[in-house]
Amino acid sequence: MKWKTDDGGWSPYLAGALLGLLAIASVLATTQLMGKTSYLGASTTFVRAAGLIEGTLSPDHVATNMYYSETKVRVDWQFMLVVGIVLGAFLSSITDKSFKLEGVPPTWEERFGPSVGIRAFGAFAGGIIAMVGARLADGCPSGHGLSGMMQLSASSFVALIMFFGIGVLVAHTVYGRRAS
Amino acid sequence: MNTGQWLGLVTGVFFGFLLQKGRVLRFDKQIGAMLLKDMTIFKFMLSAILVGMVGILLLSDFEIITLSHKPMNVGAVLLGGALFGVGWAIMGFCPGTSLGALGEGRWHAVFAIIGMVVGAALYAELYPFFKSTVLAWKDFGKIGLPEALGISPWVIVPIFWAGIITLFFWFERKKL
Repeated sequence: MKWKTDDGGWSPYLAGALLGLLAIASVLATTQLMGKTSYLGASTTFVRAAGLIEGTLSPDHVATNMYYSETKVRVDWQFMLVVGIVLGAFLSSITDKSFKLEGVPPTWEERFGPSVGIRAFGAFAGGIIAMVGARLADGCPSGHGLSGMMQLSASSFVALIMFFGIGVLVAHTVYGRRAS
Repeated sequence: MNTGQWLGLVTGVFFGFLLQKGRVLRFDKQIGAMLLKDMTIFKFMLSAILVGMVGILLLSDFEIITLSHKPMNVGAVLLGGALFGVGWAIMGFCPGTSLGALGEGRWHAVFAIIGMVVGAALYAELYPFFKSTVLAWKDFGKIGLPEALGISPWVIVPIFWAGIITLFFWFERKKL
């Protein structure tokens, strides 16, 4: 087994195992420093971001919305974790020269052509559907897939099977054929 | 910034760094997994789970940390999971990786991020409806698999490890 991939990345087994160590360090650190165990996750931050943006337009609406009230719209630990992901990925990609500006990914282009507009629409529409699903299921591949599985949560096993099972079906339908 | 925010930021930088080094942020890796052609994201994710699981369950056994299960609400997990799968396959990112993809220059992730913020706002409006329908069907509460099956987590962990390691060997043999 190779520790480096051909493009200068790390073996996914190695990088993944290190992420496992980070997850352990993170639950310890949040428990010790914040008094409450927090688990890696991402999708709740999108609710808080939506609430913060909506709050600048209509603070009353956000204040009276049941979901925003339960979620507590504020810049918290997870919000900054998500900001940190952007920085960490930037630092890693700049230092190993894998940073690349990309408007349309290769697999998408093979199927739908080089139009940025079509890709933007797909990403936007997919984003809406995925986030409604993630909030309903109460987690995404971080919250359910990583943190839930590490705790052996019953719901996370079911969620991950649904995420991937439906993903496989839809991906084969959407990208299975090649553009002529 | 307070302690929690700093801690989140530092943890996130490491998280993003490892996601990028594992090369799992890319649209083509995520769709490659769904097309069953490239299992990089599963090698990464399952390796993290194998390692993290042992530490987290041990720390919980010693009562140093507390577990925080998400509710096993049947309708929510099935319907929400299915909707997520549909959106994930079209968008080609999940919430965490969309941000990382932006960090490594894949700027079309911006449209996915905007879509997800809109989706979150939409969910906030639909929440009362979901609460009286899908979320009200059947909720088994915040349970772990060990309690659900009535066995010790330390019986499940070795079986899980054995299954995943076997899967890894299969991935490598098939060059997935």
